Amino acid sequence: MARYIGKRLIYMFITLALIATFTFFLMKILPGSPIASADKLSPEQRAVVEARYGLDQPLPVQYFDYMFGLLRGDLGISINQFKGANVTDVILSRMGPSAQIGFQGMLLGTVLGILFGMVAALRQNTWVDYGSTIVAIIGISIPSFVFASMLQYWFGLKWDLFPVALWKDGFMSSVLPSIALAMFPLATAARFIRTEMIEVLGSDYITLAKAKGASGSEIAFKHAFRNALIPLITVLGPMAVSILTGSLVVEQIFAIPGIGEQFVKSIMVNDFSIIMGTTIFFSVFLIVVILIVDILYGVIDPRIRLSGGKN
Amino acid sequence: MKNSKILWLLGLVLVLSAFLAACGGGDDTDTGTENTDTEETEGAEGAEGNGGEPDSVQELNLLESAEIPSMDSSIAEDAVAFNILNNVNEGLFRLNEENIAEPALADGEPEISEDGLTYTFKLRDANWSDGTPVTANDFVYAWQRAIDPDTGSPYGPYMMAGTIKNATEVSEGDMEVSELGITAEDDKTLVVELERPTPYFMSLMAFGTFYPLNEEFVTEQGDNYASNSETILYNGPFTLTNWDGTGLTWTMEKNPEYWDAETVQLETINVDVVKETSTAVNLYQSGEKDRVGLSGEFAMQYAEDPEVVKELEPTLFYLKFNQERNGEETPLANENIRKAIATGFNKQDLVDVVLANGSLPANYLVPTEFTFNEAGEDFRDINGDMLPFNAEEAKTYWEQGLEEIGETEVTLELLGGDSELAGKMDAYLKEQLETNLEGLTVNLKAVPFGVRLELDEAQDYDMQNSGWGPDFQDPMTFIDLFVTGASHNLMSYSNEEFDNLVEQAKGELAQDAEARWEAMAQAEKILVEEDAAIAPIYQRGLMSLQKPYVNNIISHPFGGDYSYKWAYISGKE
Repeated sequence: MARYIGKRLIYMFITLALIATFTFFLMKILPGSPIASADKLSPEQRAVVEARYGLDQPLPVQYFDYMFGLLRGDLGISINQFKGANVTDVILSRMGPSAQIGFQGMLLGTVLGILFGMVAALRQNTWVDYGSTIVAIIGISIPSFVFASMLQYWFGLKWDLFPVALWKDGFMSSVLPSIALAMFPLATAARFIRTEMIEVLGSDYITLAKAKGASGSEIAFKHAFRNALIPLITVLGPMAVSILTGSLVVEQIFAIPGIGEQFVKSIMVNDFSIIMGTTIFFSVFLIVVILIVDILYGVIDPRIRLSGGKN
Repeated sequence: MKNSKILWLLGLVLVLSAFLAACGGGDDTDTGTENTDTEETEGAEGAEGNGGEPDSVQELNLLESAEIPSMDSSIAEDAVAFNILNNVNEGLFRLNEENIAEPALADGEPEISEDGLTYTFKLRDANWSDGTPVTANDFVYAWQRAIDPDTGSPYGPYMMAGTIKNATEVSEGDMEVSELGITAEDDKTLVVELERPTPYFMSLMAFGTFYPLNEEFVTEQGDNYASNSETILYNGPFTLTNWDGTGLTWTMEKNPEYWDAETVQLETINVDVVKETSTAVNLYQSGEKDRVGLSGEFAMQYAEDPEVVKELEPTLFYLKFNQERNGEETPLANENIRKAIATGFNKQDLVDVVLANGSLPANYLVPTEFTFNEAGEDFRDINGDMLPFNAEEAKTYWEQGLEEIGETEVTLELLGGDSELAGKMDAYLKEQLETNLEGLTVNLKAVPFGVRLELDEAQDYDMQNSGWGPDFQDPMTFIDLFVTGASHNLMSYSNEEFDNLVEQAKGELAQDAEARWEAMAQAEKILVEEDAAIAPIYQRGLMSLQKPYVNNIISHPFGGDYSYKWAYISGKE
């Protein structure tokens, strides 16, 4: 196990270096300048500002400077979004709210989704099944900005149950955005669990368990559910990353100081160091989650061996 | 099997109807909102504030559309920062309620030398928010810092070069910062030397880049200076609090150290950044916010609302006609072709139907309600309308132009922005021009702002939908964009007479206000009417909703967008 994780960590390092390299050069191809008032300045004046941020250096020099900085854990300073601010500080200050609504949304969505999926599978082709399928379809097909806007209008403005927007009332502020974020994992989990459960319920060992006289709930939870979880975990990992790292739409609609909308803006305004820093941060997160998912496979299904063969 | 298919269909229908219901809900939403509105405004005296006695609670709740990139006055280059700077700090002059620059930290008007090149300011007694006095050296330090190439300030060189003595040389590293034309004779006397007489110099002094900085405090903070609201000193009507440097929220509180604190009535201004207009409108409707800017479809939806406030911004949009592309003359090098296009589209319909945000059709370059002479007359009154929409005349110009260049058909590219509004506007222009000018084909090219700048610089376009906002309060900020070789010209327009007039207005006429205005007016006439070098389209308007209990927020044509110094709440309780 330790050897396996060690090997994965080395791969992870290589992957990161590649991602950083690709992002760096792709980003430099982006048209436009990171200087906000570039249209007003003369070329000489622009050169002075660019020199301040080291943008006057040849590209390879900029690249190696950046990569060596990265090795020291230095993500650089923001060029125009938060002029002069340390990129690490920017990411840390924006990560909290995104992670909180992401985690709550993910938890709510997955738990409800699994519940819906299981009930649908156990009561296949009844109104319960169709009902949960419809919820799943709606959850996937209604764009999140429509759903979030509706939540805001009805629950915030009209019924005054939760704050309309802004990040000021602690947990209460996080309720509507979490619900908005929960819709997608809910629908995904419900669909996966239903399909898998139906397949598992038709397999030989379930028939055997029934013949042995196991109770309905024992079959559902102990035998069927555990086996139905595997494919869900595969999609859940990356989905968790995408939700935890912030949703542009939901954060914008509820005016949450999160990292998602800030990342998108950094690309629009060519804030090179923020683009790089956030991309690397997201990549580390994704790679770690994929590793965790791989380890979890083994826990859920002992037949899946990580280090291959020897054990 | 068949049964389950029917059930699936049923499910689908249900989902679709959920969507339809959602849309229907949207419509109800609008009517519902309007009803609440009328209820709320009953008894109020209209949107411009009710002008009554101030309430005991003086708290204003505002929205902003973007974060503060920097509160460092040397580094700031965006509207949000300049707006806050205008309210938490102060320079030698400040734009007053009538948008005239009046002495602020300067104790009365400066002494100006005969040649108009040396200004001697006396400073009034004023303090920083930590109680230390504001001295002449604070200005010297701030200006030198803004022009120092090591600071990397974009607006320092932009605002000072060509105006303040030696600014260009210092900014390019050819001279020491100490040679910049600003010296402190003593703690209360500041001497500024100029490169050339600058009639609008006082209004420049109201701009954030020229504000003072407390040297001791700034050096002590080092890299931390202005990284959050605790590491800044204030000398304006308010102080900034609760700003962590990257957040979406901050507060402005009345500054007890401000020299004119007795004028300031507001105690607290709470600001939150909301980037989504629908969210901003919801916060306004819920009563959490007192003012909200309306964009796009929201402007149209609330146009008739009694709480709407309309402002005219001094930002002008126009078509640039590129006369030379890739070393070859374009059809736009022909004057009649340019005039045909300039008069060939209906601007009134454009602002009424497509923009619908309170914008004005523009038949001019220098915006209306922007600059005034000493008698208070608008610069706009001199020239009036030039080349207004006239389909008949456009046709005549067009046929003449086609004959002169020996073509029957012309294809032109129209370069524009990639926003939804820009797309709608350019599509409208295409439709109008192709209908009114037979044989013209307009190809639209929508690109992001950065790409447009690059194409502009390479002069790689035929027509371009472009805009400009002023940096100081003088017609020159618009007019000198188009002199031969100017960095914004980039369309090979060159007219000696025009260049001479601009040169005169900047040089020998600089001290003769009347003759100078006359020269600039004449230059504008040549550019827009005689040469049709550009085709003005519209002057931008801005619509906002404002609660009736909000009074006296002053909007400014340049620098900081608003002043809250004179604002107050009345009738909210």
